[in-house]
Amino acid sequence: MEKSVKQIIAKYNTNQTRLMDILIDTQELQGFIGKEAVSDIADALNMSQADIEQTITFYHFLSTEPRGKFAIYLNDSAVAIMYGQRAIKETFEKEVGIKFGQVTNDGLIGLFNTACIGMNDQEPAAIINNRVFTKLTPYRVREIVRYMREGKNMDELINESYGDGKNHLPSLKSMVSSNIRRKGMILSDSYIYGSVTKNILPGISPEAVIAEIKHSNMRGRGGAGFPTGLKWEFCRRAKGDKHYVICNADEGEPGTFKDRVILTEKPELVFEGMALAGYAIGGDEGILYLRYEYRYMKEYLEDVLAVMRKNNVLGENIAGIEGFTFDIRIQFGAGAYVCGEESALLESLEGKRGEPRDKPPFPVEKGYLNQPTIINNVETFATAVRIIENGGEWFTQFGTEDSTGTKILSISGDCMFPGVYEVNWGFNVEDMLDMVGAYNVQAVQVGGPSGTLIGPDEFHRTLGYSDLSTGGSMIIFNKQRDLLRDVVLNFMEFFIDESCGSCSTCRNMPEVMKNKLVRILNGNGVKSDLTDLKAWGKVLLASRCGLGQTAGNPIISSLKNFRPLYEELLQKEKEFDQGFDLEASVQQSCRYVKRIPKFHLHE
Amino acid sequence: MSNLIKFKIDNKECMAEKGTYIVDAARENGIYIPTLCNMPGVKPKGSCRVCTVKINGRLMTSCTTPVADGMEIESSAAEIQDIRKSIIELIFVSGNHFCPSCEKSGSCELQALGYLYQMMVPRFPYDFPLRKVDASSPKIIKDQNRCIQCKRCIKTIKDEQGRSLFAFRNRGHRIEVVLDKELGLMMTEEMADLAMKNCPVGSILKKEKGFDIAIGRRKYDHEPIGSTIKL
Ligand SMILES: Cc1cc2nc3c(=O)[nH]c(=O)nc-3n(C[C@H](O)[C@H](O)[C@H](O)COP(=O)(O)O)c2cc1C
Ligand code: SF4
Ligand code: FES
Repeated sequence: MEKSVKQIIAKYNTNQTRLMDILIDTQELQGFIGKEAVSDIADALNMSQADIEQTITFYHFLSTEPRGKFAIYLNDSAVAIMYGQRAIKETFEKEVGIKFGQVTNDGLIGLFNTACIGMNDQEPAAIINNRVFTKLTPYRVREIVRYMREGKNMDELINESYGDGKNHLPSLKSMVSSNIRRKGMILSDSYIYGSVTKNILPGISPEAVIAEIKHSNMRGRGGAGFPTGLKWEFCRRAKGDKHYVICNADEGEPGTFKDRVILTEKPELVFEGMALAGYAIGGDEGILYLRYEYRYMKEYLEDVLAVMRKNNVLGENIAGIEGFTFDIRIQFGAGAYVCGEESALLESLEGKRGEPRDKPPFPVEKGYLNQPTIINNVETFATAVRIIENGGEWFTQFGTEDSTGTKILSISGDCMFPGVYEVNWGFNVEDMLDMVGAYNVQAVQVGGPSGTLIGPDEFHRTLGYSDLSTGGSMIIFNKQRDLLRDVVLNFMEFFIDESCGSCSTCRNMPEVMKNKLVRILNGNGVKSDLTDLKAWGKVLLASRCGLGQTAGNPIISSLKNFRPLYEELLQKEKEFDQGFDLEASVQQSCRYVKRIPKFHLHE
Repeated sequence: MSNLIKFKIDNKECMAEKGTYIVDAARENGIYIPTLCNMPGVKPKGSCRVCTVKINGRLMTSCTTPVADGMEIESSAAEIQDIRKSIIELIFVSGNHFCPSCEKSGSCELQALGYLYQMMVPRFPYDFPLRKVDASSPKIIKDQNRCIQCKRCIKTIKDEQGRSLFAFRNRGHRIEVVLDKELGLMMTEEMADLAMKNCPVGSILKKEKGFDIAIGRRKYDHEPIGSTIKL
């Protein structure tokens, strides 16, 4: 590892577009990015310090202030709280002797909250110095804090409590479990990696690869559902000096964790899919954009890439195909949900704040470094390999007409067996609940906070692009849960924290709506508040990207499907609530000016 | 003039050079679409969302979307006008905009849009956020109470080496536009003039000067915003 900021800058060739890597390495070297480092980086890259700091302050895991020798990031998502996060939080505060958001005076321990870290099936969980600690209990918290004080190292903190699957490998040594509960074509062990590249690609043209993908009718697995074959075709046709393949492993939607499992258990399939895409669009460079929460996989994934290079599934003249060169590097995010949005992802890859771009132009025309680029989800690349192996026609037998193939679901919340399930599209919600052992269900959040909250009268609906579309996040709530306080409010706070802040609508409206929700929760709501919420939510549709456009969904969709929960809280006798107590305010101000208030003079 | 294409705004036949942004193309055809963050000649970044129009049932920003052949654009429908008005109100309540005491009053684009859309009492509650005033630069005052995060200063004010004097800080609801501490000290008179001029509201003010345009001679006193564009 580099020992100084100057060495780090040199490692990335003093390249402005690698600012994110420079900042991440600096943060890891020093525990923060202090004034001196900012000044060094600014001078080297010929940027102003404010310009460097605008990138640092955008990302949750980068900081201009020290975060502690052990920086503890405790997940505060809705499901973590359902699984007892509050007790964990209290224990941390008590044992460490500080509040969340602070660092101990000796600089040893810092406590911070963080949004969903992709461990919903094993909460409560925290990230400590890039390693994930799952299934935390108050006892474990006390032990961990004691070990830190005793000067134990990270491995000792984990104490060989490794998770299932490949998580025990020396390059992972991770407590995380994969919890695969149902396998299909992607998670199946029947595919031997490299066979498509070696046996099929030599005999098929790039155009034919695209035709086969188009024939399969596969649509993107990241949530938006754009036809994959079409995207690849657009990119192939677009003119540019270079074409790029980018794998979106930002997986930030609360409640999804299937990309983490695919990358842990089947990384070769994903990388082979990226190379396949490179072959199809005529590109030789791939980048895996991995969320920083999964930093613990870095060494493991780099090992996998090295083996694939050795086996000539990556590298030059792959599988003996003259001119088919493709390699992959990994670049990290630093804690920003919006960077999963494809154009924000590109900005981040180029070393900037993750502010989505205005479209058009679309990435297939002007993407990474302004060159034609495809961005696909982890699962999309993995699926593409199986399609080329077996043919587009074969693929259409799975799923439904408009949603072909399988979908990997991340299922969490109130159920017996949270984890990852690969099912055919067209599965209905009722079957899903029975599959995972969920009883007394009040509601299911389909597609994460940006999706919809449905109740039992909609459980007959099926998963698919034309009915319940989902990137895979499924969160189950039983009848004991307080949906408005524990779920809707938490999701609204998530969007408020995660907005990039560039659109006036997305920057301000979720806060306005949340305030109204809080007013209702506090018993100060009136009927017109519900009409307002519904009307105001529509303004968000004028936002630039999907984050802002869906940021009102937690309220809008619960208002639509669980209206009685709101109505119960309203003041029946009042049409209008002025929002403050006049007499109390007068009394308060009189206290300051030492006067005695007089009320009701005319009575 | 070889690349002229045809399109419609509110059913009116229009023509413009291919690739022109909708706002500019509309103006050339005598139609005013309100803007706030946009600046002629500067690469747009649709951030205020005030110029929203509807194309094919989708809301798009007209400052960032180029016209295309046969495009049908809706701009004056009541629904779209109300979205614009909501956005203007939202911007008002999210900062501290006290027009009577502001140097930019009468020349402020946000205020002018408030008048244009006949904003009386905003439908949203006032947020009254606590914001700071940064007077550390010898040349300007950066008043965060009035900043609308339009990004105009960030995009246009650079030193001779191309470094930005202004930048964002934080994200989401906590976002701010700040002045670089070091470069702020070295700001030239011209930069300060330009920064104040480019700020659509009164968030960037030159020091030692103010209220120097008499009421009655200010930018929008006789020509309300958009009124110079005529069919
Ligand atoms: C706020 C936001 C977050 C997103 N996060 C992700 C993500 O984490 N992973 C992902 O694959 N797609 C995400 N997307 C969708 C991407 O923009 C894009 O559509 C997708 O990566 C395309 O890949 P696909 O066609 O294979 O699905 C997100 C979109 C938005 C608006
Ligand atoms: S909608 Fe929100 S997250 Fe998306 S670009 Fe606008 S401000 Fe940023
Ligand atoms: S003027 Fe178009 S978004 Fe601001």
